[in-house]
Amino acid sequence: MLRPRIIPCLLVRDKGLVKTVGFAEPKYVGDPINAVKIFNEKEVDELMVLDIDATARGHGPDYRMIENLAAESRMPLSYGGGVKTAEQAKTIIGLGIEKVAISSAAIENPGLVSEVAEAVGNQSVVVVLDVKAREPGVKYEVCTHNGRVRTGRSPADVAASLEKLGVGEIVVNSIDNDGRMRGYDLAAVRQVREATNVPLTVLGGAGSLKDIGELIRNFGVIGAAAGSLFVFKGVYRAVLINYPSAGDRDRVIRECLGAD
Amino acid sequence: MITIIDYGLGNVLAFANVYKRLNIATAVAKGPADLRAATKLILPGVGAFDHAMELLQRSGMRETLDEMVLSRSVPVLGVCVGMQILAARSEEGRLQGLGWVDGDVRKFDVASFRQRTHLPHMGWNDVKPVRSSALFAGLETDARFYFLHSYYFHCARREEVLAEADYGTTFSCAIEANRIYGVQFHPEKSHRYGVRLLKNFAEL
Repeated sequence: MLRPRIIPCLLVRDKGLVKTVGFAEPKYVGDPINAVKIFNEKEVDELMVLDIDATARGHGPDYRMIENLAAESRMPLSYGGGVKTAEQAKTIIGLGIEKVAISSAAIENPGLVSEVAEAVGNQSVVVVLDVKAREPGVKYEVCTHNGRVRTGRSPADVAASLEKLGVGEIVVNSIDNDGRMRGYDLAAVRQVREATNVPLTVLGGAGSLKDIGELIRNFGVIGAAAGSLFVFKGVYRAVLINYPSAGDRDRVIRECLGAD
Repeated sequence: MITIIDYGLGNVLAFANVYKRLNIATAVAKGPADLRAATKLILPGVGAFDHAMELLQRSGMRETLDEMVLSRSVPVLGVCVGMQILAARSEEGRLQGLGWVDGDVRKFDVASFRQRTHLPHMGWNDVKPVRSSALFAGLETDARFYFLHSYYFHCARREEVLAEADYGTTFSCAIEANRIYGVQFHPEKSHRYGVRLLKNFAEL
């Protein structure tokens, strides 16, 4: 049986790990390599690392950091941040990363998605859609550049065109729910799910394993990603890297996984 | 010594790190001269079939590898696309594969899928050994591995299938023919299950 994936998402800024709220207020939470080591021990399903500086500050991927992360990681890794060309994507895959995530560049230049798919295979191309509610539960818009630029396009529309271009996975990232830990925006996910058959991963809002269960109950086999949930503990948001045990994960998946 | 073939594709360092933790020495081969001391080979790979074959040809190691594997029966483990290129051809590409194992690489037929998510096959799936093999020692009843692919190896000979997995259909996810092994999943990224399999390969 293919299992839903429970994925810690790490944000990198100035070579350190940070966690944001609503795409703002970055709080330093530790060192990326150290976090990977801890997640190895916890036998994490998969890890997502997003360099939130790379595009916003106009610099490219930090290959040295990526290589160190890939070498340390005993779980599959997807990397995003500053990828603008198929050549960069090839280099990143060559460093031992399983999947390359593109965001702003994929929206501005859809041809890039096909080029990257051609270069590294469809299965390794991820597009992250930063989604903002215009009318919560009803109308959503894809934004770029850490939420600063509006595209005027709905996530469903963008997702459908990405599938045609050969994307291997779409990450639906809720700007509104980022860091709030009040649950995923299921309505936004539903719109994207109905528009495409490619694997989806949802990011933004998970505050508990129950929220992850709710996502699985609604969508079956899906990627459930979270930042705050796996780096903070307790109401005062003390930094503590954590991840549910294999037993807890199996239980939630068993309880919540119906017919996909 | 276990030698990881570095032709510019796949996670060479991740394999090296798993073996380092097991206190098993490995070497990395970037050219034919580096293959001399190899007693076992790991052929990693991610990405597209043709790209993998192009890079392998360009590495200059192709002839030496053919000789080692086919004439001297040096055990080899192909991983992911490294498994797929063991075949002579793939629906994904136009180039010839290595042709070391009889079979061809096919795309999953999504028309037969009943689940909402189609391709790629992405994530942790159960792996069921279909015959006893030293590669799966200790993994007979509980084995799960990380998969990331849209194409699978279709074995021409049923008896060369070591293990199967289900994704819409049952497919061969591990094969063996005359000490040539292939696994579709990523043992180097599959925690203790993968560590066990790589240890088993080292102890063959």
